[in-house]
Amino acid sequence: MRPLDENETTVVFEKIFKFVGNNLKNIVENPSHEGPGPKPEAGRYCFRLQKSRVYYVSESLVKRATNISRKNLVSLGTCIGKYTHAGSFHLTIMSLNLLAANAKHKVWLKPTSEMSFLYGNHVLKGGLGRITDSIVPGDGVVVFSMSDVPLGFGIAAKSTQDCRKLDPNGIVVLHQADIGEYLRDEDEL
Amino acid sequence: MVLTRSKKRVAKSQTPPLKRAEKPQALALKRKAEKPQALALKKGGAKSQKTPPLKKQKKEVVVEEDPSEDDDEEVSDDAAASTDVESDDGEEEGLGSSGFFSDDDGEENDDDGEELLGDDFLEGSGDEEEHSDSGSGSDSDSDEGDIEKESKLIDEEEAKEEEDAKAELLDFNKEAGDDAFRLPTEEELEEEARGPPDLPLLQSRIKEIVRALSNFSVLRPNGASRKDCVEQLKSDIASYYGYNSFLIGALFELFPPVELMELVEAFEKQRPTSIRTNTLKVNLTRRRDLADVLLNRGVNLDPLSKWSKVGLVVYDSQVPIGATPEYLSGFYMLQGASSFLPVMALAPQENERIVDVAAAPGGKTTYVAALMKNTGLIFANEMKLPKVLGEKSVDRVLLDAPCSGTGVISKDESVKVSKSLEEIKKFAHLQKQLLLAAIDMVDATSKTGGFIVYSTCSLMVAENEAVIDYALKKRSVQLVKTGLDFGQDGFVRFREHRFHPSLNKTKRFYPHVHNMDGFFVAKLKKMSNMKQASEDDDEALGTVDEADVPSDDDEAEAMEEMEKPKKTKESKEGLAKSKESKKGKKSKSKKGEDPPKIKKQRKNRTEMRMEISQAREEKRKAMREKSKEKQ
Repeated sequence: MRPLDENETTVVFEKIFKFVGNNLKNIVENPSHEGPGPKPEAGRYCFRLQKSRVYYVSESLVKRATNISRKNLVSLGTCIGKYTHAGSFHLTIMSLNLLAANAKHKVWLKPTSEMSFLYGNHVLKGGLGRITDSIVPGDGVVVFSMSDVPLGFGIAAKSTQDCRKLDPNGIVVLHQADIGEYLRDEDEL
Repeated sequence: MVLTRSKKRVAKSQTPPLKRAEKPQALALKRKAEKPQALALKKGGAKSQKTPPLKKQKKEVVVEEDPSEDDDEEVSDDAAASTDVESDDGEEEGLGSSGFFSDDDGEENDDDGEELLGDDFLEGSGDEEEHSDSGSGSDSDSDEGDIEKESKLIDEEEAKEEEDAKAELLDFNKEAGDDAFRLPTEEELEEEARGPPDLPLLQSRIKEIVRALSNFSVLRPNGASRKDCVEQLKSDIASYYGYNSFLIGALFELFPPVELMELVEAFEKQRPTSIRTNTLKVNLTRRRDLADVLLNRGVNLDPLSKWSKVGLVVYDSQVPIGATPEYLSGFYMLQGASSFLPVMALAPQENERIVDVAAAPGGKTTYVAALMKNTGLIFANEMKLPKVLGEKSVDRVLLDAPCSGTGVISKDESVKVSKSLEEIKKFAHLQKQLLLAAIDMVDATSKTGGFIVYSTCSLMVAENEAVIDYALKKRSVQLVKTGLDFGQDGFVRFREHRFHPSLNKTKRFYPHVHNMDGFFVAKLKKMSNMKQASEDDDEALGTVDEADVPSDDDEAEAMEEMEKPKKTKESKEGLAKSKESKKGKKSKSKKGEDPPKIKKQRKNRTEMRMEISQAREEKRKAMREKSKEKQ
């Protein structure tokens, strides 16, 4: 396990920035409430790299985990993404809670199209319940159900204005990750 | 019309009166208004009391329709009258029904087929022999003399039948008695072994033997010893339910035969599916809210029971319970009810350090995390325990040990055949090692903790009570109450084993009693960080005779902890003594229960140790004084 170096940190932050924008500050400097010991001492959250997976974990946990050898350590804190062999970084579904709490752009799905998204399909205009304003194509969007349960996230295909003009079968959000993956891709997470 | 029909019938009927008698009964019920006479005849052998009232009704109808009826009808009237006198309760009903029938009765179809049908329909019990020629028309003989004869015959028949019935009953008893009183001989067993097992035979034999065993002195089969019966029962159960002989033998030692049957039956069925609500999730923190949401999805559920605030039991569901968006969002976890128990016993507090030694798949670990409200540190371990954790570093440990799984046969039927004595021993060995390691990890001086919870999903004493007993001897730990107020207490003695009396604080759970998987839970408190426990820990509580040389602090703390369970005087003496010697020998707290023999046997060793440590102490003292002088 090691901290991220410069390049890696920039890459990860960029990806997160797409979803949370300025809230990135919140994420990075979040006073941690996890970990043993008195609360303020628990320190902040930080990112660590272990076996090409990036974890978001509080400092006090990190301290304890440093003792564990690399081959024994499976996971710590929350995994937020993986590095592929090619060297690019992808956010995985396990970062959903983190993103959802700080998301700038949100989309709400109608109940009927929830299941479709959970199977891995893209979000169509016809399934859209609500959408936040000022979405630019290429933005990261977090997908919620009508009861404010986060379902996954993706990349916006159209701006908010264009969405209104779109026909019902047009793609609004390109699917990147959804909670159905916990069942479908159990082995890969 | 009626008249003609009856006449026809008379002409036809060559059959003995009984048969004729039956037919009219049936016919009456079948709404033949045309055979009042037959009905009248029947009355003697009437098994159905309906017929008299029916007859009466029909007679009346007939009378209404055709006032100019024959003598037959009059005869039948008489008969009917007499029958009416006889008939008791069925009258009103009969009337009702007959009314119905007579209404429907448009015409008379003297079909023999109909009569037949009626006969079969009506007279299910007995009289089957007499059924045969229903077609021949059961119609009345107009002769009164015949009627008398017939009624006599009917009476005789009845009496015969009663006797037959009684005889049959006796025979049946005898046969049943024979079975119970006779274990199958070797030839019979060989025969059975040749073909596929005869399941109904096996089942009946099992029941018989269980019944016999429950009251053996009275019901014992001739010449068979209890042992033989038991052996036969074991092999029958094994072949009927699919167990191997070892497992059946082991279960037999744990339960009496009747309870064993209940247990085995319970193992054949699944325990109800249960889920645990995740109290950490912000949106649906309360069990009620989650229950509402799931109900909307079409899941049929109920709160689990009064001992759990987060459990829900699922009866059935329209959607797969493991694939709802709520599950994927982490609002609940599929977890068996028995798995709640060790975590509840552990009772982790916030900001503690917890280790879950056998964590996969993680249901208990996440429950611990939920109870700790996301604070503290959980070390979830699976497979080999890394040494990096070190000793005395952890507040509580949860050890849900790998076991033979004899308590969860309802989930995994392969356990029935795959477990042998060797495997149980191997598991027991592994469990002992794990438990000692777990105990060593715990810091006895922790302010809020110092607890170890050991649990298995097995019913075997070798994996449960024996392991705990071993730990009590090897480490300075004590059993405390699990905090679960239901379930059966663990065994203090079992066959040739005699365990520490505090073993009754452990808990056992059975599928046929508590409707959850078989489980065993024990909660230990670590009294001191000494590695070596006293060997004569059998009856005294929490005594430690250390061979190691602990630090002063440890000793003091350990002494304090040990003072709690001890009685006052003796412990004070012990304290005084140990303080004199400075390096704790915790003296044994004698409650006067220690058998003097054991004490004496071990005294020598302990005395030697005491001497050794005393000597060391003095040396150290001397060293310290020297260094002080130098300074």
